[in-house]
Amino acid sequence: MSRQPSAELASRDEDGFTVLTPRGEWTVETIGAIASEVREIEHRADHGKVVIELNEIERIDTSGAFLLGRTIYECAEPNGDWHYRGDHPTARKLIEETVERAMNCEPEMDQGRFGFVRAAERVGLGLEAAWEEAISTFAFLGKTLIVFASTVARPWRFRVTPIFYVMEEAGVNALPIIAVLSFFIGAVVAFMGANLLETFGASVFTVELVGLAVLREFGVLITAIMLAGRSDSAFTAAIGSMKMQQEIDAMKVLGIDPFEALVIPRVIACVIMAPLLAFAGVLAGLLGGLLVCWSALDISPAFFVSRLQDTIDISHFWVGMSKAPIFGLIIAIVGCKQGLEVGGDVESLGRNVTASVVQSIFAVIIVDAMFAMMYLELGI
Amino acid sequence: MSEADDLIEVRSLKTAFGSHVIHDDLNLTVRRGEVLGLVGGSGTGKSVLLNTIIGLKQPDAGEIYFNNKRLGGMTDDERIALQSRWGVLFQSGALFSSLSVRENVMAPLREHIDMPDDLMIEIADMKIALTGLGPEAGPKLPAELSGGMKKRAGLARALALDPDILFLDEPTAGLDPIGAAAFDELILELKEALGLTVFMVTHDLDSLYAICDRVAVLADKKCAAVAPIDELLQNDHPWIQEYFHGPRGRAASAARRG
Repeated sequence: MSRQPSAELASRDEDGFTVLTPRGEWTVETIGAIASEVREIEHRADHGKVVIELNEIERIDTSGAFLLGRTIYECAEPNGDWHYRGDHPTARKLIEETVERAMNCEPEMDQGRFGFVRAAERVGLGLEAAWEEAISTFAFLGKTLIVFASTVARPWRFRVTPIFYVMEEAGVNALPIIAVLSFFIGAVVAFMGANLLETFGASVFTVELVGLAVLREFGVLITAIMLAGRSDSAFTAAIGSMKMQQEIDAMKVLGIDPFEALVIPRVIACVIMAPLLAFAGVLAGLLGGLLVCWSALDISPAFFVSRLQDTIDISHFWVGMSKAPIFGLIIAIVGCKQGLEVGGDVESLGRNVTASVVQSIFAVIIVDAMFAMMYLELGI
Repeated sequence: MSEADDLIEVRSLKTAFGSHVIHDDLNLTVRRGEVLGLVGGSGTGKSVLLNTIIGLKQPDAGEIYFNNKRLGGMTDDERIALQSRWGVLFQSGALFSSLSVRENVMAPLREHIDMPDDLMIEIADMKIALTGLGPEAGPKLPAELSGGMKKRAGLARALALDPDILFLDEPTAGLDPIGAAAFDELILELKEALGLTVFMVTHDLDSLYAICDRVAVLADKKCAAVAPIDELLQNDHPWIQEYFHGPRGRAASAARRG
């Protein structure tokens, strides 16, 4: 077995000078054990009167040299010959090198605050950031509308291919998952309603419950949440990585407006596709409710449909549908804005993708609540 | 030169991507304590060769030997011990983007060394200063640094464990001439003080003249020549002639002599 390499240090006083005799291996692996000892000497000794004996050092690297050098760096003449005794092929050169290059800088420590003040500070900063984020999202919406208006004035500038590409990518490809989810939500609403209403002997009202819930809320809400989770992350990641690769800068230099080329097609595609997907979601939700009514309550499909037509006004359908394009707009705006805000690093890409999904779902639900209040006041 | 001086040996290496053969029967030796420059046209697989030597890419045929030990035949422990003696500087720095510069330099120390935290911070700051960055760079994130500063920070991280072997992938590309010259000088100083072996991929003719003991030329899927640069100038391989005697090569060599 070979001896475990280690660093050793002896010190003695000699006519007022402190003589240090380092022995063994002074490398980055070994100096951790001896650091406190050296530091003690560093604080105690007069740096002008430290002598280092070099000849018993076996191996030394920059870290070891740095630690030894700390005992002399405050001296006015750290390179003075009297600091060194004995010979070593590299030690003196390394110590001088590290003293010269590295000692004049004290590490800056960040002073963290703790406790209540820190918590309050974080809450405050968070609220301020949220407020600024909201304002800048509205500013982004405004800019998008202006660019949209100017493009309407020159309709040949609409980029048709990307619009259809996004419609397929974010819309058509999302159809299966939205239909399946809405189907199950419809079924669950029917089950819950059937259970509850049966105790009053009013299980036939399950039809109204399913119709109302799916037409007004769930069809469009499930669509919007799926779009936010599925397409927003894709928008932000796609635009964000273009930003990171300076592709956006290249566009600007080539005279292509990134708003016109990237944002407008996504907004148009989302505003068109959201109602269509919501319609599919409504159909799937009703189908789910219908099947549950049929199997659990013995309400035949024909009766389900005719009762739906008799009791549920068509206005409920339009209420649901009217929200879909607004949700599509919110989703596209948030996704594109977060994408364009990605900075130069990978970290910010991840952060903005998360922010884009969270913000768009948050905004969709808030706006949905506002719609509910508005239609309530209007009596629709 | 005796066998014992060979630190890295590449024996009949073959690298191919699909049917596209990059290296075929390539042999190269890196001697202990030398600075070896690797040059070659774009697409001749300089970076691929570097990645193969440091084990990021499996060779399709052939072997890499470190200290006469086969890289492919090492146990995990042996390989980790070997890797802790390497420092690698990637082309764009490859700093961890979520860590500050100081934390980047501390990362290998934390991973491999048992050491009090305050000393680790001091050593990291020392390495940062050693590569010519100011103390204000330590707490910054890589995204806040310029390209040249990223390179220096990457070098500081590569030097964190005081390696025996330093692999540099185009260390001076993208640096201004003054910065590049300072970088060359730094590598030369470190090499002399620490007895480093340096393997560098470079296109910088000035670096080749200034610090490389020998230069290896990749051409025709092989290592066409390995020699000190003065000998290489006499080589009549057409690519080497064009490389060193083209307008840029002449300028660098004239600057060197004048």
